[in-house]
Amino acid sequence: MSNWIEVVSLKDIPKLGSRVIDVNQMKIAVFRTSDDRVFAIKNACPHKGGPLSEGIVHGTSVTCPLHNWKIDLASGEAISPDHGCTNVFPVKIENGQVFIELLVA
Amino acid sequence: MKEKLVLIGNGMAGVRTLEELFKHSDGDSKGSDIYDVTVIGAEPHPNYNRIMLSPVLASEKTIDDIILNSLDWYKENNVELVTGDAVSEINRVKQCVITESGKQIDYDRLLIATGSNPFIIPVPGAEKEGVIGFRDIHDVHTMLDAAQKYKKAVVIGGGLLGLEAANGLMKQGMDVTVVHLLDALMERQLDKTASEMLKLSLEQKGLSFMMQAQTAEIVGDKRVSAVKFADGSEVDADLVVMAVGIRPSIELAQKAGIYCERGVVVNDTMQTYDPKIYAVGECVQHRKECYGLVAPLFEQAKVAANHLAKIGSIRYQGSMISTKLKVTGIDLFSAGEFNEVDGDETLVMQDASCGIYKKLVIRDNKLKGAVLFGDTMDGTWYFQLMRDATSIADFRRTIMFGQHDVGDAGHGDVSRVMALPDSAEICGCNGVCKGDIVNAITKKGLFTLAEVQAHTKASSSCGSCTGLVEAILASTVGDGYDATPNKKAICACTEHSHDDVIDAIKKHELKSMQAVREFLEWKTPDGCATCRPALNYYLLARWPEEYQDDAQSRFINERAHGNIQKDGTYSVVPRMFGGLVKPDELRAIADVCDKYDVPEMKVTGGQRIDLFGVQKQDLPSMWKDLSAAGFVSGHAYGKAMRTVKTCAGKTWCRFGTQDSTGLGVKLEQLTWGSWMPHKFKLAVSGCPRNCAEATIKDFGVVAVESGYELLIGGNGGIKVRVTDLLTKVETEEQVLEYCAAFCQMYREEAHYLERTAPWVERVGLSSIRDRLLNNEIERSELVERFKLSQQYAQVDPWKARAEGKSSYEFTQLKIAG
Ligand code: SRM
Ligand SMILES: Cc1cc2nc3c(=O)[nH]c(=O)nc-3n(C[C@H](O)[C@H](O)[C@H](O)COP(=O)(O)OP(=O)(O)OC[C@H]3O[C@@H](n4cnc5c(N)ncnc54)[C@H](O)[C@@H]3O)c2cc1C
Ligand code: SF4
Ligand code: FES
Repeated sequence: MSNWIEVVSLKDIPKLGSRVIDVNQMKIAVFRTSDDRVFAIKNACPHKGGPLSEGIVHGTSVTCPLHNWKIDLASGEAISPDHGCTNVFPVKIENGQVFIELLVA
Repeated sequence: MKEKLVLIGNGMAGVRTLEELFKHSDGDSKGSDIYDVTVIGAEPHPNYNRIMLSPVLASEKTIDDIILNSLDWYKENNVELVTGDAVSEINRVKQCVITESGKQIDYDRLLIATGSNPFIIPVPGAEKEGVIGFRDIHDVHTMLDAAQKYKKAVVIGGGLLGLEAANGLMKQGMDVTVVHLLDALMERQLDKTASEMLKLSLEQKGLSFMMQAQTAEIVGDKRVSAVKFADGSEVDADLVVMAVGIRPSIELAQKAGIYCERGVVVNDTMQTYDPKIYAVGECVQHRKECYGLVAPLFEQAKVAANHLAKIGSIRYQGSMISTKLKVTGIDLFSAGEFNEVDGDETLVMQDASCGIYKKLVIRDNKLKGAVLFGDTMDGTWYFQLMRDATSIADFRRTIMFGQHDVGDAGHGDVSRVMALPDSAEICGCNGVCKGDIVNAITKKGLFTLAEVQAHTKASSSCGSCTGLVEAILASTVGDGYDATPNKKAICACTEHSHDDVIDAIKKHELKSMQAVREFLEWKTPDGCATCRPALNYYLLARWPEEYQDDAQSRFINERAHGNIQKDGTYSVVPRMFGGLVKPDELRAIADVCDKYDVPEMKVTGGQRIDLFGVQKQDLPSMWKDLSAAGFVSGHAYGKAMRTVKTCAGKTWCRFGTQDSTGLGVKLEQLTWGSWMPHKFKLAVSGCPRNCAEATIKDFGVVAVESGYELLIGGNGGIKVRVTDLLTKVETEEQVLEYCAAFCQMYREEAHYLERTAPWVERVGLSSIRDRLLNNEIERSELVERFKLSQQYAQVDPWKARAEGKSSYEFTQLKIAG
């Protein structure tokens, strides 16, 4: 089963910035690109768990603040030549509100 | 429908062009968006590193080691590959090429990269079995085969290629004689002395030489048995390698009526006289030059790809080249005009017993040429100085001894690096060993420092091992690596350099990041984590009154105004002007630590107190408390003015000559809050005992009885550099004035992330001095601009955030899912 939950208004995420959502102790970073697309991704870099929410966003990727890995926001995968992957969550925007889909066991 | 691009010649320049072309395509798709690509190569191999044939011949590498693009690479990039079949005709009317085996392939654009052919001296018998050139894998196999069956080899030609062939054959157990027409080896790269030293060391290795010998005939039945010379003498030979030069391979183009001289003539966009046809590599003649080394060919490849990709933003303007000899155990470097002409000055260092010889040719205070034998460590640096036409006036006295601030990087000459075991740690920051680097270079076909940094992380952090990594790169890929690109682009988003951007912002009054990116044709819509912070800084420095700082273009430390720690918490360092502190202030800091459960406090190396492990959401309220006690941010996290270190000074110290603590406080009041290209540290010592370590600061002051010595460009970090003396002044006011002027000059002119030490070395102490000391108007304008920008910068970022600024940055959203 899955459920969509409302997390934040689009306007409360800075362009090329992020907000951190704490859902049941898990931290999810929600990013907004320059063209207002939104991505949700587990807030832990595949390298050493760095907080991706604090990185610099460009295009549809974010550069991790700790050691500069670049992570693709759509897939959660590290961009070559680095290797690794972190979880991503489906996102939808309705009436200016951002929803993310969580899988419920 | 995609257009058809056909490449003739599956060699180094051609395939490199394809690689550069593919970089221009959309991120996800492999290969090219615009073209269906077909490659036709006469050799039955995928593209390999021709340079490395010499080490293969010497059994130091295998063929597998030197493959640059595996067959999988062609597949992954949707490249149609034809091997072992040569193009025999180009039909420009029908726009197709025809191969020897009869294939006909159509093109919309054609790229000719047929390389060159070894020149075979037209003497009687030259066609006999056992007479070959040294150009491809086939030649190497022939030589290795001969070495199994025969004993005596003659190499004709005492140039780079000939000596590498001779060395390889000798390693394979043959008796080798090198025959040279002139009286000096490698006469095009070496002066007489270096040439003699080279000959001596090669003789010690076991090679024989016949100098000033003119080949007249190759003797033998079916196979060669001897070489006969013009004077009638003969040497026995079972194998003859002709390495007297190369000729651009232009027959094909010529037959098709494409204009050729020595090579296929191209313009600055690498286009031939037929606009549909491009050419790159050794087959090309550009501005009257033909090149025979890969570095220029790779520059050509970049330009050709840029035009094939229809971007058309760069031009090839010719290259300056340098040469190294790849004979293990012999270090030799040569570049530029190493034979002096009238009016030139030469610096020579010769230590025969160590086998070291260095000669530098200087004209009008610029380095024009260099020959290095025995110690080539500084070759890359000298080459850079030549290409940039840097004035060497400031370091002429020491130039012979190499790069002044190379630090750790200075101990990495190629042969010393070669001697290191694979397990030797090269990059201390990322724990990368020599073996990892060599592996990545050979397995992934890396050529540049940037590629090695991306793939291995070596030298991508503090950078002190860059010299070592470059040396490994040089010893692994040979000369092909481009250590000194003409102009360093800021990042992959642009072709423009830091200086281009700084100039454009000023000249064209660009006042937003968007405007800069549009004006300079950035390739990415929002830039990246490298260029955005740089642009943000340049704009802020140029337009302090108008430019709206962009938080999302700052690193997290500057955005959150604390240093991010490995666990995602932050550290807080309140400013303590001049290192002075009062009991109440200490009490306030202690209270804050209790209130927010700060796990650790530490006295920093910058004379203040660091509070570690603060949760991000606690920062604003903690700052509020600190602010109430009178503290402002210490900017310990920023590319900004950091600290002013002071000593006890005249107030207490029995040696103190001036009030160093008081002056330190004044300097800090003047400069705090200023954003800089990199961090900026000051110190004031009360006497030459220099307890505040002013001689390793960006701006240091050493007080003396008669006034103050002002020191600039020091660094105590990765590469220690002692300051240079700017001047001596008499009053505190003058200290403050010069400090403001120096800060502003650095703020306006240095590259983002370039500290004062490398900046001073790049632009030259004398030019900075000249402008600060002799030009009163410029100095006072700098001071004015610094003070203006300080009006906007001296706003405590902590207080602002304690009052609610950017609150979204510090609040998490808690949600039950
Ligand atoms: C806190 C402190 C160590 C200490 O406990 O003493 C420190 C801590 C860090 N230094 Fe430092 N440096 C500290 C004094 C120094 C000094 C000594 C000094 O300032 O007198 C130096 C050498 C002097 C110099 O800069 O010339 C120093 C040379 C560096 C360097 C190398 C800079 C260089 O140009 O070579 C870096 C790396 C960089 O800046 O890129 C660095 C980087 C760092 C960073 C910011 C690493 C990072 O990027 O996260 C450290 C942050 C730790 C943290 O989480 O808070 N730190 N660092 C010192 C803070 C002083 C202050 O009060 O602001
Ligand atoms: C032994 C050796 C050592 C070297 N050492 C160095 C060094 O240390 N540093 C350095 O910078 N340079 C060195 N070079 C030079 C360097 O290898 C060349 O400059 C470089 O390979 C030239 O690239 P290219 O693409 O122009 O030609 P190539 O790499 O020769 O590629 C041309 C290709 O085109 C093919 N071809 C030709 N005609 C046709 C046709 N009609 N149809 C189909 N295919 C065709 C050829 O077979 C060849 O494979 C060395 C060269 C050799 C041989
Ligand atoms: S504080 Fe400075 S020296 Fe210490 S680990 Fe961090 S960066 Fe390295
Ligand atoms: S933790 Fe993200 S790059 Fe290291």
